[in-house]
Amino acid sequence: MLQYFIRRILLAIPTLFAISLVSFVLIQLPPGDFLTSYAALLAQQGDSTIAGQQLVALQNAYGLNQPVYVQYWKWISNILLHGDFGQSLEWHLPVSTLIWNSMGVTLALTVSTLLFTWLLAIPIGVFSATHQYSPMDYVFTFLGFIGLAIPGFMIALVLLWVSFRYLGMDVGGLFSRQYQNAPWSVGKVIDLLKHFWVPLVIIGLEGTAGLIRTMRANLLDELHKPYVIFARARGLDERKLTWEYPVRVALNPFVSSAGFSLPGLINGATIVGIVLSLPMHGPMLLRALLSQDMYLAGAFILLIGALTVIGVLISDLVLAWLDPRIRYA
Amino acid sequence: MRQDASSVRQDATSVRDNMDSIVEEGARGQGALDPQEPPVAETPAAAKTKVSVASQWQLMRWRFGKHKLAVVSLWVIVFFYLVALFVEVIAPADPNKTNEDYKYVSPMPISFFDQNGHFSLRPGVYALTLKRNPETLRVSYVVDKSQWTPIHFFVRGDTYKFWNLWKGDRHLIGLGGKSTDAPFYLLGSDRLGRDMLSRIVYGARISLSIGLISVFLSVILGIALGGVSGYYGGMADTAIQRTIEFIRSLPTIPIWMALAAALPPGWSPLKVYFGITVILSLIGWTGLARVVRGRFLAMREEDFVMAARFCGASEARIIFRHMAPSFLSHIIASLTLAIPGVILAETSLSFLGLGLRPPEISWGVLLQEAQNIQTVALSPWLLLPGVAVIIVVLAFNFLGDGLRDAADPYSR
Amino acid sequence: MTAGNVNLESQFGAGAGIQRDQRELLLEVRNLKTYFKLDEGTVRAVDGVSYNLYRGRTLGIVGESGCGKSVTAQSILRIVPSPGQIVDGEIIYHRRQRESAGQSVATSANGGGFRGRFGGRGPSRVAADGVEQIDLTTLNPRGQAIRDIRGNEIALIFQEPMSSLSPVHTVGHQMIQTIVLHQKVSKEEARERGIEMLARVGIPRPREAIDRYSHQLSGGQRQRAVIALALSCKPSLLIADEPTTALDVTTEAQILELMKELQRDLGMAIQIITHNLGVVAEMADDIMVMYLGKEVEQAPVEELFHNPKHPYTKALLRSIPRLGRKTGRRLESIEGMVPDPFSIPAGCTFHTRCPFYKPGICDDPQYVQVGPNHWARCARTKEIS
Repeated sequence: MLQYFIRRILLAIPTLFAISLVSFVLIQLPPGDFLTSYAALLAQQGDSTIAGQQLVALQNAYGLNQPVYVQYWKWISNILLHGDFGQSLEWHLPVSTLIWNSMGVTLALTVSTLLFTWLLAIPIGVFSATHQYSPMDYVFTFLGFIGLAIPGFMIALVLLWVSFRYLGMDVGGLFSRQYQNAPWSVGKVIDLLKHFWVPLVIIGLEGTAGLIRTMRANLLDELHKPYVIFARARGLDERKLTWEYPVRVALNPFVSSAGFSLPGLINGATIVGIVLSLPMHGPMLLRALLSQDMYLAGAFILLIGALTVIGVLISDLVLAWLDPRIRYA
Repeated sequence: MRQDASSVRQDATSVRDNMDSIVEEGARGQGALDPQEPPVAETPAAAKTKVSVASQWQLMRWRFGKHKLAVVSLWVIVFFYLVALFVEVIAPADPNKTNEDYKYVSPMPISFFDQNGHFSLRPGVYALTLKRNPETLRVSYVVDKSQWTPIHFFVRGDTYKFWNLWKGDRHLIGLGGKSTDAPFYLLGSDRLGRDMLSRIVYGARISLSIGLISVFLSVILGIALGGVSGYYGGMADTAIQRTIEFIRSLPTIPIWMALAAALPPGWSPLKVYFGITVILSLIGWTGLARVVRGRFLAMREEDFVMAARFCGASEARIIFRHMAPSFLSHIIASLTLAIPGVILAETSLSFLGLGLRPPEISWGVLLQEAQNIQTVALSPWLLLPGVAVIIVVLAFNFLGDGLRDAADPYSR
Repeated sequence: MTAGNVNLESQFGAGAGIQRDQRELLLEVRNLKTYFKLDEGTVRAVDGVSYNLYRGRTLGIVGESGCGKSVTAQSILRIVPSPGQIVDGEIIYHRRQRESAGQSVATSANGGGFRGRFGGRGPSRVAADGVEQIDLTTLNPRGQAIRDIRGNEIALIFQEPMSSLSPVHTVGHQMIQTIVLHQKVSKEEARERGIEMLARVGIPRPREAIDRYSHQLSGGQRQRAVIALALSCKPSLLIADEPTTALDVTTEAQILELMKELQRDLGMAIQIITHNLGVVAEMADDIMVMYLGKEVEQAPVEELFHNPKHPYTKALLRSIPRLGRKTGRRLESIEGMVPDPFSIPAGCTFHTRCPFYKPGICDDPQYVQVGPNHWARCARTKEIS
């Protein structure tokens, strides 16, 4: 077990390395380099002497006049050793001061969405499978298809529109205006909860549809296996039997697919965050990309990529812990 | 007796559970047929012979036909692609033609009663008069029942170049004749007075074709890499599997966003279009590669492949003559299920302003207009391109589902 | 009631009545019909089967695939899968009172429970000799009453030892759960009983084996564990549905031997279902041959093997390959195919494959006595033999 854990964690390291490479390439991709645009910006502000000095300093700090692999090395070692993600061109601030708040919101939102989708998907999936081809099964299947087909931003838009038009309120953002910059208080927490469920449900809807289908299919594969019939033939109560045996077995592939649903959740969170203008990675990443603020964008992509890799890793470890066939393999 | 026993058993197992399988299927509550039976009610004996000579594709067609929703979806998709093919004719107007006088016009109802209240078999639309609210100064349009213009088919209207090749000015529907300039906004108009219906129709061409082309590229990548991976195994398999695993663990939208943002701003719309297509397929191939590899792995072990090999068939013959028919159907099914993902991705990217940009028209580009919630609140018809997206994506999902069920007519 | 039933009455009225002196009835299946209603038609999986099971004796049920052997077993335990339904017939289980009182408190309490649920009519009646008779077909298949019988008084094992055990639970978990469910014992005690049972079925180092997962056991051990699990409550009837089909010949012999030993120890009856005539020859006291949902012949083992009356039985026996037979001769098989389950032939269901078929005579063969304890459903037994 421990061996498996260690091996699996070691396997994640090259993946993280690959993600850092991808992020770095993405930083390098836009035509023209970041310093040229930075210089142009500084020149616009009219202070060319300071600009010149700053440029030289920056060039040295990030090795910008050196070969690409040196640049990568400086970039990644700065991140790993000093937590320095570089300088944001647009905000004139170190990237590290900008990202953590929004990444915190992203993490909180995705994790709670994941829990929400599970709480919803497992019982519905079990019901659909045990009542296969019943009217409710059809309803859930159909809703699932709808959930899959409607892009998250459409739901967000419609929700925004309906609440704005008919309820006269703005469900965007995470806080009402009066709490925006207020210190934390009970009122602010309640206000947060009032806003939090909107993105939670929207992002969750997309994921839930997929998870219900997975759970249903997995369970249908198990329901007629001999060990279930054997358990029934030993006199076990139907409900207990279903939850204890086939559901338990069906959960295993479910757990591993849940790891892979994390990228999907992040996708949804990115766009929905933008539409609802939430203080999370989506809007900032979009803005950074549009203004070619590449160190900021790269930092987000690196962190989000790392987040999903770690998520998949965790789901693999949970799977090993759940399934004796892997544990003792 | 012991010897007898075991050999009898071997014999008996060879005439294995014929009915048990049916009973089991019944037990699953499978409404679907035993694949040995055709879906139509016929006398069992006749049916039996018909089925035993049916080809694999015939069996698939029967099975697919059972999935009503998939059949309907197929027709919906055919309809949408026909529209995309004949965009210039079907759109009532030039999608880029602006009209200062008719901004944010709400969808105009079709009426069968003319200005005198007489019933007319030919439908028509009433005219609009502009009204300004004296207090809010907001412009609104009021239906003017005293003016009614009938709708005609194949009327002359805005000129276009069909497929950029032939000039034309005939439109499927329109007011025609002298009334070409009368307002005709069946699905409303946008902030520049452009006809939403025409724009949605034009958007279909790009949104739908990007799905097909991108999935086509994915298929080439997926079949090549998945096939190598599954057929040869070993090192190549490990390397490709690791790559796929890596790509699948990436959050696609942020990566797509970054890649799309990296497209040079000076690119022509056509270049951007292909750029986006390539970007989408760069990540999309992994799913197909997994399917192909899985089928290859499963089939390598199949008896009929082994038999073909023993008969001295060449590798190529084994792959194309024996293996391809059994996994082609699976590939078509997963391909169908991959298209909606691409359509959604394009829509999302363009919606965010990172994909196609105006003056190109795709459903995502159109939805950009709906980003401002105040605007949407006043003109909800700006969300209609989203409805088109949903219908197409739903149809593709149902179709793919039906195809997947039909793909393996011998299963279950 | 149909003519067939009158016939049945005569069989069980006369035959069974005499036998009751030497043999104690455990289970009577009477005119059982279990149908599967599908879109394409009705599969009459079991179509009017009648037989008796006696305490401590073994009945072998033999037939081709799809003849309804397994569905009969599922009907007894009321675990026929979904579209399947018992549409007619009775399954009378004879429960000894002292058993239900002594062995399981829960059972007797629930005996009262279902009597209440089913109103005055009741599926169970107590005869003068203290044997309670329960008609299993009237019980709610998800109810407490049948669940108290399953695994406790009637146990079932089937052919896939690989997949009969949960892949994610230990053998012990499943055993303890079953024992605690049916008997008033603590978990620790149940665990001890489980270990005892595992030792009894010949699993080495049972104290360790009880905490093993099924994938950690070999095929033969798995089937032993399944048997231990099924018998952990010492049932009075074990239904074994092709218990050794998936095993190799050596293991098969060991498992059959084990089942016989356990039968002697526990005094249980066994209904063994198989398409393997060798297995029944070794295990059974009586044999019943089924064809397309009906019994076609029933006799004690020796009698059936030496003096088969029904053409189908004869054909089955002929298709056994034998040592010492001339080499190069083709193995005999039964002509024709098993008919389509949706359109079972009218009249004698075997007539499509029967070499002795005579139109007019074979239209409605009765189940007639052809010898002591020997019955056959054929209109031409006299001419044939």
